[in-house]
Amino acid sequence: MSSFKKVQTTAGIICALPSILGFFIFVLGPAVASAYFSFTRYTVIEPPEFIGFENYKALISEDLFKISFYNTIYLTSLGVLSTIFTSLALALLLNQKLRGISIYRTVFFVPSITPLVANAVIWTLFLNGKYGLINYVLSWFGINGPAWLADPRWAKPALIIMGIWGVGQSIVIYLAGLQGIPLELYEAAEVDGAGIIARFRYITWPLLSPTTFFILITSTIAHFQMFVQPYVMTQGGPADATMTYVYLLYNKAFGWFKMGEACAMAWMLFILVITLTMLQFYFSKKWVHYELF
Amino acid sequence: MFKRNLLLFLAYSIASILAFFFLLPLWWMVSTSLKTSDQIFVFPPSWYPNPVKFSNYREALNKINFYKHFSNTLYVTVMTLVGVFFSAPLAAYSFSRLRWKGRDFWFFVILSTMMLPPQVTMIPLYMIFSKIGWIDSFKPLYIRFYFGPPYFIFLLRQYFMTIPSSFDDAAYIDGCSPYRIYWSIMLPLVKPALITVAIFVFLNTWNDFINPLLYLHSPNLYTLAIALNTFKGQYEVDWSYLMAISTLMTIPVLAIFFLLQRYFIRGIVLSGIKG
Repeated sequence: MSSFKKVQTTAGIICALPSILGFFIFVLGPAVASAYFSFTRYTVIEPPEFIGFENYKALISEDLFKISFYNTIYLTSLGVLSTIFTSLALALLLNQKLRGISIYRTVFFVPSITPLVANAVIWTLFLNGKYGLINYVLSWFGINGPAWLADPRWAKPALIIMGIWGVGQSIVIYLAGLQGIPLELYEAAEVDGAGIIARFRYITWPLLSPTTFFILITSTIAHFQMFVQPYVMTQGGPADATMTYVYLLYNKAFGWFKMGEACAMAWMLFILVITLTMLQFYFSKKWVHYELF
Repeated sequence: MFKRNLLLFLAYSIASILAFFFLLPLWWMVSTSLKTSDQIFVFPPSWYPNPVKFSNYREALNKINFYKHFSNTLYVTVMTLVGVFFSAPLAAYSFSRLRWKGRDFWFFVILSTMMLPPQVTMIPLYMIFSKIGWIDSFKPLYIRFYFGPPYFIFLLRQYFMTIPSSFDDAAYIDGCSPYRIYWSIMLPLVKPALITVAIFVFLNTWNDFINPLLYLHSPNLYTLAIALNTFKGQYEVDWSYLMAISTLMTIPVLAIFFLLQRYFIRGIVLSGIKG
């Protein structure tokens, strides 16, 4: 081995060493431990006792688990759809060479970086059924608004509306995607007599598909992990309407000390997220176009 | 021409109406923070505080030990930042510019751990920190960042890749060691990326809820996020105080955003496009 190669190898390993150690200490070790715990009854006070698939079986037949799963799927599917729709619509609007675009962009972006706990506090008052501003604005249109967070039927939609308010980062990503589409394509389409809808359908949407795909995946993963909003705003209520998957996991582990069940939930979440991501990758071949990028 | 103007007018109107609704919650936060308590629960709601009660801020600061929680949050942020700056660029440099066997394998391994939900490792990590007596201290909140946080390694590697290889080659011919090249050539070149990383670290720490919730138990160790939530949970708490604290907690984020807007947007776009 030449001395140059030796120097490179030594330096390469030394520089990467903290990260490789980090992988073993903070990821692989704990992941193996949590996989083992998921097959045990573990209450912290007593050492873990191996029980095979009991935790998984118990979870699948547990009502609260089913409710939290349903809530999370509900929040994720509608939340992701509304994120993509709103952020794409706003990005298209901001891409219209408006004067003062940077001011608009700032306005739409800022709510996505303000602290989540502060946002949750604001929206708790904002969504108040009696004195909240949302219901006041609705009353202008003759609509008698619901009690939102206090109503089991409206608590989840309330969280989704609050989520729409925080789509700023997706708007910025979409704007960057839009700016990467060559203008000549639109000009050529216009010459050929394509209207606004046709131009969107055959140019913008297909060329933006990698961006949409990215937002779809990251937004799905983020929604699956929703925890702060229900914890701060509703404590999972009313009537478990906002008990999310991760909130239940947290309760199992640190409220009820069922560490084994909590670890089983974490691994089921991992399998679910991986499966969804792979499915999205698989179907993306049908609608995501990378050619021009 | 007429059609184009009409479209522009429509675009402006829609954008302005939407902007109004996006600003409303923030306006509501600030205006409620300045209201007297009998102005908060009225219908129809009053759009602005009248009279303006600035003393809410002083009273709210007396209710919770704001400076303590602020400095706790700042301490965790700085300690996290030191860790990220120590480990992430170093790893990114190794994974992009040094040639060694197994390099791509390890990069792939570290990158793929981003797919693992944090809940998977949460409970065993809690046990470990509890065994070594780190519960109710700041250490569990930042120690992980001294061992190569994958997301930041990925982000910085993207930047390192854009530097032409002639830079290192020239330095090697002059007899530079890889460490010297890292310190004197590479780090200064990726400074804009380091600023972007610093912004993300700041935002993440300021926003982090579940980790301080797990590890900080004594009220005098609470970060702002936990302190605000605890304050909210107290019996019969005054909403104007809650909004005052929320406003104070939001101001640093807005300040950093307006000062460093360029880096913000670039960081988000970069993580998005190459993601």
